[in-house]
Amino acid sequence: MRKQRLVMVGNGMAGMKTIEEILKHAPDVFDITVFGAEPHGNYNRILLSPVLAGEMTLADIMLNDLDWYSANGITLHAGRKVVEVDRVRRVVRSEDGTEEGYDRLLLATGSNPFIPPVPGRELEGVIAYRDIADTETMIEAACNYRHAVVIGGGLLGLEAANGLILRGMEVTVVHLGEWIMERQLDRPAAEMLQASLEAKGMRFRLGAQTEALLPAADDPAGRVAAVRLAGGETIAADLVVMSAGIRPNTALAESARLHCDRGIVVTDTMQTVTDPRIYAVGECVSHRGVAYGLVAPLFDQARVCANHLAGFGIGRYEGSVTSTKLKVTGVDVFSAGDFMGAEDCDNIVLHDRAGGRYKKLVLKDDRLIGAVMVGDTSDGSWYFQLVREGRNIAAMRDQLMFGQSFAQSQLGDAGHQGQNQAALLPDSAEVCGCNGVCKGTIVKAIKEKGLFSLDEVRKHTKASSSCGSCTGLVEQILASTVGGAYQAVDKHAKPVCGCTDHTHAEVRAAIREHKLLSIPAVMKALDWKTPNGCATCRPALNYYLVSTWPHEAEDDPQSRFINERAHANIQKDGTYSVVPRMWGGLTTPAELRAIADAAEKYQVPTVKVTGGQRIDLLGVKKDDLPAIWADLGKAGMVSGHAYGKSLRTVKTCVGAEHCRFGTQHSMRTGVNLEKMLFGMWSPHKVKLAVSGCPRNCAESGIKDVGVIGVDSGFEIYVAGNGGIKTEVAQFLCKVATEEDVKEMTGAFLQLYREEGFYLERTCHYVERVGLDYVKRLVVEDADSRRELHERLLYALKDAPDPWAEQQVQPLARHYKTIQIHDLSGESSHGMAESVSA
Amino acid sequence: MAWQKVCPLEEIPLLGARVVEHRGERIAVFRAEGDTVFALRDACPHLGGPLSQGIVSGSGENARVTCPLHGWNIGLASGEACAPDEGCARHYPTRLASGEVWLEL
Ligand code: SRM
Ligand SMILES: Cc1cc2nc3c(=O)[nH]c(=O)nc-3n(C[C@H](O)[C@H](O)[C@H](O)COP(=O)(O)OP(=O)(O)OC[C@H]3O[C@@H](n4cnc5c(N)ncnc54)[C@H](O)[C@@H]3O)c2cc1C
Ligand code: SF4
Ligand code: FES
Repeated sequence: MRKQRLVMVGNGMAGMKTIEEILKHAPDVFDITVFGAEPHGNYNRILLSPVLAGEMTLADIMLNDLDWYSANGITLHAGRKVVEVDRVRRVVRSEDGTEEGYDRLLLATGSNPFIPPVPGRELEGVIAYRDIADTETMIEAACNYRHAVVIGGGLLGLEAANGLILRGMEVTVVHLGEWIMERQLDRPAAEMLQASLEAKGMRFRLGAQTEALLPAADDPAGRVAAVRLAGGETIAADLVVMSAGIRPNTALAESARLHCDRGIVVTDTMQTVTDPRIYAVGECVSHRGVAYGLVAPLFDQARVCANHLAGFGIGRYEGSVTSTKLKVTGVDVFSAGDFMGAEDCDNIVLHDRAGGRYKKLVLKDDRLIGAVMVGDTSDGSWYFQLVREGRNIAAMRDQLMFGQSFAQSQLGDAGHQGQNQAALLPDSAEVCGCNGVCKGTIVKAIKEKGLFSLDEVRKHTKASSSCGSCTGLVEQILASTVGGAYQAVDKHAKPVCGCTDHTHAEVRAAIREHKLLSIPAVMKALDWKTPNGCATCRPALNYYLVSTWPHEAEDDPQSRFINERAHANIQKDGTYSVVPRMWGGLTTPAELRAIADAAEKYQVPTVKVTGGQRIDLLGVKKDDLPAIWADLGKAGMVSGHAYGKSLRTVKTCVGAEHCRFGTQHSMRTGVNLEKMLFGMWSPHKVKLAVSGCPRNCAESGIKDVGVIGVDSGFEIYVAGNGGIKTEVAQFLCKVATEEDVKEMTGAFLQLYREEGFYLERTCHYVERVGLDYVKRLVVEDADSRRELHERLLYALKDAPDPWAEQQVQPLARHYKTIQIHDLSGESSHGMAESVSA
Repeated sequence: MAWQKVCPLEEIPLLGARVVEHRGERIAVFRAEGDTVFALRDACPHLGGPLSQGIVSGSGENARVTCPLHGWNIGLASGEACAPDEGCARHYPTRLASGEVWLEL
């Protein structure tokens, strides 16, 4: 089949993002040709500011250099501006006469700086701030001249002014509005920002209209020399940077008679409303009446556009809430959403003028709708996420002002010294404790490799890719390095992985509604993009199948992580660990003897008591696993599932059985719970504890389900976590009897099993759906509770001991290494019969 | 270098692997989509993780295994780590004849 021809006009950030997405998902669909008016490859325009400020070089900010295009089979016409689109013949033509035919056309022409119609604007030394050429002009001017005036005190104008100051110029910002950055900041924030910029030497004229740009008296056609304001004041200026806003660049589209209205008008699939063969993305676009001027929404457009161009036809662009961050080193400003707030909104304000801190949160109907901050902006990405998700914040309203770590919990994350503010970290500080990645390494990768998303940073640096406790820090670093270009994604709205566009919730719903019973059936029904998924989606699908259709769905061992496939924990050296179940942490002399015998017989190098009240045999060879299990099985022991997303341990204290304070029989209750739940697969691992009295020696307060005996019954706590981020379990209810404990626990865990996303622990699940919701279905509604509990018991009926199952042929054979011995003297073919077990 | 018979194809689970030991060297023999067989030294270029224990996915030139220790993806056809990771696991030629897997060692 002939490839389709895709031509793109406008070699900038939004257009190239679209092309990269197409290459990623459908590399073979198109022959791609790109026209760009600038003589470069695609570069990271937002980093022109640090280049001007002398913090980075042009080489640092290339995203796709010229070699990249040829390496990816893309024809690039750099330095060729397209002047005509012939929609009838489907051909574009550039200024120099180059013609290319297209099947699909993508317009990504960006915007043009708006130059106010003041006399003198054509003088030498008057420029806009948009591209590499402008930046180079400014750098050169700073070498030769002294006075600069920036017209427009918006984001770009201030970054330009800052850069010029750092390059040694004296800079005045002339601004028409009453305060600077009035589209992003309210007045108190702007005044605070202005004060810190003045401290860096920037001068301001506010409420000031530029009347004319004047040349030197002795050279009327030469270089600009001064700016005259309405009212008569003149300011010396050898360089004037016009930064009075941008206008979508629609000239080409208009000449092709595509409907434009403040931008090229597109639908939610990024197609122009006039011609379905023509798509448009970026600043040149008007979507639902809005033209965006920041990278994050443009990248969202690019993803949707690529998806449709590649023929998947899923995904709609429905508009974006944007956030802004000023990229001036040492001055932190952040704003997002509706930060002014209408009359029906509440504002929470912190204003510490002397301390240089200002923070305003705008709330409406218990939702955060906007935020503006000066000084400490470390919680910007968190507030922004709350704004975008529209989450109900009633429960944390009182703490909201004090930031994420305070509002969510006052306990720290593990692994980076409890630090939760990236801004305070030096470059050498370790951010990711698992992979030993420092802040400096992350910043460098973001800049050099042009990374914009958390996923990209994870791939390139490994930071936040293991336990994830530093995710918040990495997001802050991203936000402060790329400014408004970083947009935190709502992780639940994200596709499961690159193999599909469907979210976890969608996949789950499809499995239930269409009664899908195997992984191939799911992949077929949901149009998986890859033949057999990947290591991320397959384990998730397998879990959704077996939890939704117990006893019916096919359980695919090859789609389980090795630990669950080998029923043992893999160790760093490729050996395995064996942890037999010790119900409720109880054991017997006979069991201990069997463990001791097995340890000797199989030369187990390490025997250890675990943090889960049982014994771990570490360093067992895979070949020996079936045999050691058989030996332990003879003494009545079964798998402890220490390796699975499954029931792990039920810790108990001695309780009323022995303890002088015990009010309830915690050992018995714990053992019974563990027996009830044996063999339970779950979205993530599940740990329980039962303590006999509020002294809580079994640590019930940090378990997925924690039970605490009191004189009159049992208190049940749920959604605790003692791991990466300590979360104290929340009170669910109080019940009278042990039978009630079992039903309540079973119902809660079944709800989690049915609704939790794969790899989401109970604390994250409950945070997502809310404890009230859980209480309704588990505590208040007795019918719902009973049904949930029954569904759990049905799923767990006849749950086998995996260790016993695995000893049976042919499964046991798969644990064996195949030995190949050379046959001496056998040289003609050199082939030996395999000796396989 | 010589061809050695390893085992019947069914002895390797589909989208799985078996470990073969030859002169002290451990080799992972994979059975990927469509019964294509690949062999790599059973040591991840990252920190030596046993690739034989990883999840196998993709097909043909894109067949790969995800290392069980830290999740690098290694191309089965080449032994090369998938970008942005860098490194290579030694690759062995394989052959399938009358249902038997052969390895050139
Ligand atoms: C063996 C044990 C350590 C010990 O020697 O005591 C252990 C060992 C491992 N833990 Fe653990 N955890 C052990 C108790 C704990 C506990 C304490 C407890 O259970 O009371 C915790 C905190 C409590 C909790 O989970 O809420 C704990 C929190 C973690 C976490 C963090 C989970 C979280 O949601 O934050 C992980 C990572 C994960 O699961 O993704 C983890 C993961 C691991 C893994 C499986 C890492 C891995 O994927 O390979 C370790 C296997 C080591 C190995 O080489 O075999 N381990 N781990 C403990 C086994 C208990 C048992 O009898 O089953
Ligand atoms: C100095 C500076 C700092 C910025 N800082 C930030 C920031 O911190 N955060 C943020 O989110 N955004 C920032 N932005 C805005 C951001 O860079 C833009 O939103 C983004 O680059 C727009 O992408 P685009 O692809 O729509 O347009 P562009 O990146 O401008 O690309 C359009 C390209 O099309 C070319 N072109 C136009 N017409 C034609 C034609 N007829 N034929 C051929 N080629 C043509 C242009 O030459 C240009 O190269 C900043 C912008 C500047 C200038
Ligand atoms: S046992 Fe747990 S805490 Fe210890 S190194 Fe392994 S994962 Fe980390
Ligand atoms: S050893 Fe394979 S990814 Fe680390």
